[in-house]
Amino acid sequence: MTAKANETGATAGVYAPPAAASGSPEGTPVSLRNLSRAFGATKALDGMSLDIAPGELIALLGPSGCGKTTALRIVAGFEFADSGEVLVNGKDVSGVPAARRDMGMVFQSYSLFPNMSALDNVGFGLRMRKTATAQRRSKAAELLDMVGLSAQAGQYPHQLSGGQQQRVALARALAIEPHVLLLDEPLSALDAKVRLQLREQIRTLQQRLGTTTIFVTHDQEEALSMADRVGVMRDGRLEQVADPSELYSRPATAFVAEFVGTMNRLPGELAGPGTVTVLGVSCAVIGHGGHGGAGSPPIEDGLTSGPVDVLVRPEGLTVAAAEGGNGIVSGRTFLGATTRVAVLLSSDTEVRIDVLSAAASAMPPGTSVQVGLPPTPVLVAPRQQ
Amino acid sequence: MATLTPTAGQAISPDNSKKRRRPRGRSSVWRWVVLIVAGVYFIVPLYAALRFAGLSGFKDVFTTPGFGSSLWLSIRLAAVTWIVSMLLMIPTTVYVHLRMPGLRRLLEGVTILPIVIPPVVLIIGVLQVMPLALRASVWLLALEYVVLAMPFAYRALDAGLRAIDVKTLTEAAGSLGAGWLSTMWRVILPNMRTAVISATILIVALVLGEFTMASLDLKQTFPVWIVLFDQENAQISVAASIFALFVTWVFLMLITVIATRQSRRTGGGEVTLFTVAPQQTIGN
Repeated sequence: MTAKANETGATAGVYAPPAAASGSPEGTPVSLRNLSRAFGATKALDGMSLDIAPGELIALLGPSGCGKTTALRIVAGFEFADSGEVLVNGKDVSGVPAARRDMGMVFQSYSLFPNMSALDNVGFGLRMRKTATAQRRSKAAELLDMVGLSAQAGQYPHQLSGGQQQRVALARALAIEPHVLLLDEPLSALDAKVRLQLREQIRTLQQRLGTTTIFVTHDQEEALSMADRVGVMRDGRLEQVADPSELYSRPATAFVAEFVGTMNRLPGELAGPGTVTVLGVSCAVIGHGGHGGAGSPPIEDGLTSGPVDVLVRPEGLTVAAAEGGNGIVSGRTFLGATTRVAVLLSSDTEVRIDVLSAAASAMPPGTSVQVGLPPTPVLVAPRQQ
Repeated sequence: MATLTPTAGQAISPDNSKKRRRPRGRSSVWRWVVLIVAGVYFIVPLYAALRFAGLSGFKDVFTTPGFGSSLWLSIRLAAVTWIVSMLLMIPTTVYVHLRMPGLRRLLEGVTILPIVIPPVVLIIGVLQVMPLALRASVWLLALEYVVLAMPFAYRALDAGLRAIDVKTLTEAAGSLGAGWLSTMWRVILPNMRTAVISATILIVALVLGEFTMASLDLKQTFPVWIVLFDQENAQISVAASIFALFVTWVFLMLITVIATRQSRRTGGGEVTLFTVAPQQTIGN
């Protein structure tokens, strides 16, 4: 599938950075140009292009095998692209070995050197740069203090918890004042509470230091909460690069729509270009003036008329108890202020709808309800069998 | 660390505890029986040897011609074998782990060959193809010992590498600016210390006790000297054997204790001959 230009993408297939990233202007710009990499018959990367602004934190999000880690490893210098180039500060670093790229990396598995204390781990990169011992120790101590681990400076990795180890790894990566900080699913091995704390800490530090950062994750919550922009990847290509709110509210493709957040599929009928009938309502199709501007291509190539699936978020539908309505409540999940109500429609389709918990209490399972759709622009996708 | 406390469902009643204690007591008795039988098996011959050698045998052994030179030769051979084995095996195992993990099985198969092929066959083959200059040299034996020690050295090093995430550690060091040599010296080798010590123990024990190859190679190593001198004075020969056993045992214990202490300091396991305990972590 071809990457679609969107409001943040300047030209087709190349995702340009926003005018001003939230990070410091001292950060380093990074560009990936048409990167391709195959492992045997499998294409891990298929012409990926991306521009990252100085100081920007960009998250590469996607399912396993989509190529996000391969892209990160190519930027780090641990893998080489079959074609394409990686530009850091405008210079192609494709032929530069990893040791000379000045990129700090935090790995998924705890990668601290077991034979060194936390302080020595943090100082390792400086030692490789032949920094004087006193200066090195002082800088390492400062970094450990920054991640809140001064008291653990003398401890060895086996004496630290997983969260502490990743914080030391972060301090170690930042100690060399890298051009780019690369985070390869650094939170995935941690428990939920530690993960939440650490992601806030990473974001705060990144913004404070203004380091251009590429963050690879398969966890959409992590990506949406931390990144300035999120690039959703599929089959070695970027499907969409946008800021989190746009990605959620205006996904460019059905894949992005369904990968990010929860999405309902409702049977609809394309009634000519740009109009779809669903639940008895006629709605504009996103990409036909509803979104993306007049003249934008349809959201899914080749969809002009006939049966389609309409994609709607749980908060995009309305539901109310009604005798002889078009659905029956089949279940409820309490989420706090809201409750997700599952409704089986007469078309044998189940949809999930978010309603205020107070209203949901009046709709126990078995209640006949009327599900509606406000006449707002919607996404369509080929009908799923 | 989880504590072991019985849950409500597992509460041990007095009757249950009796039932449980009985098999434990029986196994404890068996443990002692096995220990005593094994102890007798090892100690009786040693005691008999000590009785046979007598005090005079131990007094004379150090001044007997050939004792010092043969022991010194064995020690030098052990040192050279160790150095060559380490220079050869460490880079090989690391490289295979990092770049050619698919070759690990093949390498395992190849390294087991010296165990499968009898030393007599090996040495005759080597003597046929080696140039005369090397055949006359005592260091040919060290090269042969390298081959003989290969299965043990490889397995110890391989186990050590499997206990650490070599790939990630290498990449982490690389991303911080370390070249190949720095990564090996500062990151990989220190974390293989336990494995290297295990390999050392095996190599030293093997070389100090090897007889067949040295004998066929016509080199008077310490075990060869013991056998030859046995025909002249059996008492001194037995005293020398016990002395060699004692020295080897002390040496190996020393290495094990020091290595285990260093290993534990950085979270590693106990140093043993074949196994290397994985790094300890304390969870999230």
